[in-house]
Amino acid sequence: MTGYLVAIATLVGIRALLALGLNVQWGFTGLVNLGVVAFFGVGAYTAGLLAVAGVALPAAWAAAIVASALAGALLATVALRLREDYLAIVTLGFGEVLRLFLLNEAWLTRGANGITGIPRPLRSWFPAHYDLFYLGLVLGCVALIYLALERLRRSPFGRALRAIREDETVATVAGKNIVRFKVQAFVIGAAVAGLAGILFGHYLAYIEPNMFVPQETLFVWLALILGGSGNNRGAILGAVVLLGLLEGSRFAKDVIPFLTGVRLAAAQQMLVGLLLVVLMIKRPEGLLPERAP
Amino acid sequence: MAEPLLAVRDVVKRFGGVEALAGCSLDVAAGSITGLIGPNGAGKTTLFNVVSGLTAPEAGRIALGGARIDGRPGHAIARLGLARTFQIPRPLARMTVLENLLVYAPDQAGERLRGLVSRPKTIARQEASIRARANEILRFMELAPLASDPAGTLSGGQKKLLELARALMGDPRIILLDEPGAGVNPTLMRSLVARIRELHARGVTFLLIEHDMDLVTELCDPVIVLAEGRRLVEGPFAEVRRDPRVLEAYLGVPA
Repeated sequence: MTGYLVAIATLVGIRALLALGLNVQWGFTGLVNLGVVAFFGVGAYTAGLLAVAGVALPAAWAAAIVASALAGALLATVALRLREDYLAIVTLGFGEVLRLFLLNEAWLTRGANGITGIPRPLRSWFPAHYDLFYLGLVLGCVALIYLALERLRRSPFGRALRAIREDETVATVAGKNIVRFKVQAFVIGAAVAGLAGILFGHYLAYIEPNMFVPQETLFVWLALILGGSGNNRGAILGAVVLLGLLEGSRFAKDVIPFLTGVRLAAAQQMLVGLLLVVLMIKRPEGLLPERAP
Repeated sequence: MAEPLLAVRDVVKRFGGVEALAGCSLDVAAGSITGLIGPNGAGKTTLFNVVSGLTAPEAGRIALGGARIDGRPGHAIARLGLARTFQIPRPLARMTVLENLLVYAPDQAGERLRGLVSRPKTIARQEASIRARANEILRFMELAPLASDPAGTLSGGQKKLLELARALMGDPRIILLDEPGAGVNPTLMRSLVARIRELHARGVTFLLIEHDMDLVTELCDPVIVLAEGRRLVEGPFAEVRRDPRVLEAYLGVPA
C-alpha cells in the first residue's frame, strides 16, 4: 500500500509540473496550448533516447529541456505571427503529429516498441527505498519550479504577462512588445513540461508513443482550471485533487457490485466531465483563485 | 512656424471598400491642446489607431518630433513618448489600479528574463521608484484611495481617470485623448479639465477627440474638423463653429 501511495504521489508531482507549466502559458498570459502532451513527450523521448545511447544523465536532461524549449519557441514564433486563435490549433496539431512521428519514425524513436531500459538515476545509491528517493526528486523539482514561477509572477515580467492576458491592445499601448513576451512565456511553459517528461520517462523506465495522447493534455487543463488558473498553488492543488479523484475512484470497482474495469474507465470520464461542469457553474475561478502579488 | 510635434501627411486607411482616412493631413503644434472634432464616422478614432500604431496606414507619412513613425509597431511608438487613451475605457480588469499604472512604466529591467536573474538589485530599486511615481500620479488624479482595488470594479468615470493616469506613467510628450469627457459626471469633469490644464502647463501636448462642445470651447486651441477622412477646417473654435462647411458636414445639408 505504501508503495502504491508513493507511486501515485510521484505521478501527481509530474502532473503538477505540467499544470505549473501550463499556468505560465494560460494562467499568466492567456495563451491556449492544446499540445501540452507534445512538450511532455519531447522531454521524455529526448532524455530517454540519449540516456539509453549512453549519454550522461545531466547532459541528456539538459538536452531534453533545451529540445522542449526549442519546440515551444518554434511553434510559438510561427503561430503567434498569425492570429491568436491559431496557437490553439497549431499546438493541438503538433501534439498529434508528434505522436504519429514517434510511432512511425522507428529508426529514431523505435516506433511502437517504445524505449525500454531507460536508466533510473542514482539507482545504485539507493538499493532500498529507491521509489522514495525518486518521489523526493520529483517533489524537489515541483518545489523548485513553484518557487521560480512564483517569483516570475511577482516580477515586472509577470505583470506584463498578466497585462497581455487582460488586454493585448492596452499592453501594446503601454509599450510592451507582446509577441516577445508571449513567445518567452510559451517557451518557459514548454521547458517545464519537458522537465515533467524527463521525470516521467526515467520513472517508468519505459515509454511508448501511446502514452502521449491528447487526453493527457485535457487532464492538465482540468487540473489547472480546477485548482485556479493564474495561481501556482492552485495548479499544484488541481493536479493533486484531480489525480486523487481518478486514482481513488479505481477502488470504487471493489465496492460497487456492477462496476467492472471497463465500466469504471467510462465512469471516470463521466465523473471528470461532471466535475468540470459543476465547477464552471459554482466556482469558475477554481479552488484557489488568483490573487494580486 | 516651428516644426510640429506630430505631423500627419496624406494618410490613407481603408476598411474593405470604405476609406476611413482619405489622404488626411494635419499638424499638432508642440505645447498645444489641439481639438479634433467631426461627425460620427469622420475617421477620428481611426486616426488615433493609425498614429498610435495599432493599425498600419495604407499610404502617407506620420512623424513624431521629426522622426517617422508610420508602420512602426505600437509598442515602439509608445516608447517614443506618444501615449493614448481609449474612448471606451479598457482597464486591465483583474489587476489592481496601481498595477494598471505600473505596467505602463517604460524601460523596466525586470521585464527582461536575463535581468531578472542577473540584476535583482537594480530591479528592486527601479520597482520602488516606479511605485513611488505611480502613487504620485494616483494622488494627482485623485485615485489614490482605490490603488489596491481591481480596476474592473471602478465606476465608469473613475475608469476614465485611470485611462489618463496610466498614460502619464511614460512621461509622454503627447497624449491622444479619445473622448475624455464622455460619460463623466460634472464634478469629475471639472477635475479632469483641471488635470489636463495642469499637465499642459507642465509642457504636455494634447490631441483630443471630443463631442462635448463646452469642453472643446474651454480647452482646445486650435480645433481641427475632420470629415470623410480628411481635414476640413482648422482654427479657433469660435471661428470653426461658424464655418458653413462645418455645419454642412454635421448636418448634411448646405447651410
